[in-house]
Amino acid sequence: MSSGILIIDKDLCIGCAACVAACPFGALAMEQGVATVDERCTACSACLEVCPVEALSLPTRQADLQPPEARGVWVWVEQAGGVAHGISWEMMGQGRRLADGLQVPLTACVLGERVRDLAMEAIAFGAERVLLVEHPELARFRTETYAAALEQLIEQERPEILLLGASSRGRDLAGSVATSLHTGLTADCTGLEIDPANGRLLQTRPAYGGNIMATISTPVHRPQMATVRHRVFAVPQPDYGRRGEIVPREVTLPPASLLSTVLSFVPASDEVNLAEARIIVSGGAGLGGPDGFAPLRELADLLGGAIGASRAAVDSGWIPYAHQVGQTGRTVRPELYIACGISGAIQHRAGMSTSRTIVAINTDPHAPIFGLATYGIVGDCQQVVPALTRALRARL
Amino acid sequence: MHVVVCIKSVPETTQVAFNPDTGTMIREGLGTIINPFDMYAIEEALRIVERHGGRATVMTMGPPQAAQELREAMAMGCERGVLLSARAFAGADTWATAYTLSAAIRALGGADLVLCGKQAMDGDTGQVGPGIASQLGMAPLTYVWRIREIEPASGRIVVERLLEEGTEIVSAPLPAVVTVLKGINTPRYPTRRGLRRARRTELEVWGPQDLPGIDPECLGLSGSPTQVVRVFSPEVRAGGVRLFEGGTLETAADALAEQLIADRLV
Ligand SMILES: Cc1cc2nc3c(=O)[nH]c(=O)nc-3n(C[C@H](O)[C@H](O)[C@H](O)COP(=O)(O)OP(=O)(O)OC[C@H]3O[C@@H](n4cnc5c(N)ncnc54)[C@H](O)[C@@H]3O)c2cc1C
Ligand SMILES: Nc1ncnc2c1ncn2[C@@H]1O[C@H](COP(=O)(O)O)[C@@H](O)[C@H]1O
Repeated sequence: MSSGILIIDKDLCIGCAACVAACPFGALAMEQGVATVDERCTACSACLEVCPVEALSLPTRQADLQPPEARGVWVWVEQAGGVAHGISWEMMGQGRRLADGLQVPLTACVLGERVRDLAMEAIAFGAERVLLVEHPELARFRTETYAAALEQLIEQERPEILLLGASSRGRDLAGSVATSLHTGLTADCTGLEIDPANGRLLQTRPAYGGNIMATISTPVHRPQMATVRHRVFAVPQPDYGRRGEIVPREVTLPPASLLSTVLSFVPASDEVNLAEARIIVSGGAGLGGPDGFAPLRELADLLGGAIGASRAAVDSGWIPYAHQVGQTGRTVRPELYIACGISGAIQHRAGMSTSRTIVAINTDPHAPIFGLATYGIVGDCQQVVPALTRALRARL
Repeated sequence: MHVVVCIKSVPETTQVAFNPDTGTMIREGLGTIINPFDMYAIEEALRIVERHGGRATVMTMGPPQAAQELREAMAMGCERGVLLSARAFAGADTWATAYTLSAAIRALGGADLVLCGKQAMDGDTGQVGPGIASQLGMAPLTYVWRIREIEPASGRIVVERLLEEGTEIVSAPLPAVVTVLKGINTPRYPTRRGLRRARRTELEVWGPQDLPGIDPECLGLSGSPTQVVRVFSPEVRAGGVRLFEGGTLETAADALAEQLIADRLV
């Protein structure tokens, strides 16, 4: 019996099984010559395209509705202590491209306390307009206060697209704002395009630990909101001669948004800041013990890189969880990822497979990590890593 | 304290493979598990209840088969289990999921603390936790890897959050929504007694009719602002690995160093 969400017209179905092969989730099967669907159906619509007789459909959704009036592309500029997060300018580049495609203005939202310099910087990176909100309560990021402020700006101006970074702060803020404003939000996008047919934002993102890619749209609700993965898009060249308009805005922060307080902040050492690192030297079970990380630290020090780890190394207690890369750790995307004594299990790859260049050092020539790596050396880390450090030190 | 834990039943992706010819996932005979991050949420809920008294309710929205994951959580020690399962709920995106779970938490009479995982392994969004917080007007405390203290009397909670640049220590009023990371604890195994109890306890299966004041338009696929347009297989990395071999490890390391410099990577 069918228990999935897909609607199958049993009279139209000719039993060709094209849909069964097309379903990425294995939710379709043939029973007595007609298609059936189970609860694994995610309403992804992959089967609709291949059905030769249009026997498949999804429950109508928001069919005749038109999106409300909305205009302009917005980017939230994430900052801490007046310094912009790298993702903010990466998004500004994408925001510019989308705004040009739609022929609408690109607006940067700069929230904080004494952040006018950032507003100027946002213009240099491509915004023609900056909404500047300065408030002592916005000195430190808190989801509730930032969400209250951003929601007020959105309600005043009604943009059609809002981009935020897929950082911890960006994801929280986006989740909160999208819920309050009742609109769609697509997480951790790695591709953003405008659908030429209807002007909608097509948001592409990895799911299932990077095993599939999905393109998602928000047909009726506005703004169309997306968080964007760090280091996917290039940072545009800033042009400090560009002119733009800075529009100061007042917001009221409701008392309910002021209830939580940041008591303190303990900054991570450079070694742990995997999100910002250009180079990550990562170690796994093959290091043999906590001391096995010593040569990796030396290499990372030389290159100004951070230290990553596989779950096996973390679970053995060799290194704290903050270093873990992978499905249950962090997702990273450095220019260079050096995997030492890491087999390359699928859950590890989920967190690092899109690194620009991957180097694998492993004693086992058949380790799956070599299937992913750009460069590799088959050998013992305890010898290869110090040798690599020496070789680089001699040349740099 | 009434602690509600939201868990998701997800495919056990350890063996997921992609069929490059058809562009589909091969998931033959794959079972489901409790989303790994949610295991830590369950454990944390149980520890809080053990310390401060009260009870833990575990809740999931999913197909009838998700009852299996609820029972597992009950065997670990959650007193009550609620399965939100109905055709009307199917196809929900993160907005509709947060809406439905929030309505269910209200129907339970509210919670002092809602615990979620950092993110679900299938969707990888991490949006449902902040969504619930926003729906229920609670403080969203995400990426928590330590709960320092809970003061039921003063109604405050202090947590450590692991952000990219460091650890933030935050104090927030209860009720709050906390989403947890792996480092927070080591989940227990179900006991034999727990398993027996879980088997005996009636699971509550709720549909839209059990959620007072709910707007049917906001449920499931039709209540979801986002829509999947297309799914496809990711690009495979081009080329194969270039191995530096021959000679000694020393010469291989030299050649690799040359290459990294030539590529301007270092
Ligand atoms: C739900 C779930 C979530 C998970 N999440 C994650 C995650 O987030 N991150 C993660 O990493 N894993 C995760 N895992 C675990 C994952 O499946 C693997 O078990 C793990 O990645 C293996 O780590 P490893 O490569 O360090 O160890 P191993 O698989 O044991 O590999 C060690 C490698 O080191 C090599 N080696 C041994 N000695 C040397 C030497 N002297 N020099 C060089 N090489 C040597 C070996 O040939 C081997 O390839 C998860 C698993 C599950 C079930
Ligand atoms: N269908 C669901 N039922 C119950 N809890 C859920 C559901 N979906 C998500 N959650 C909770 O929200 C967290 C984040 O999920 P997500 O936002 O989908 O990545 C999970 O770890 C769960 O705690």
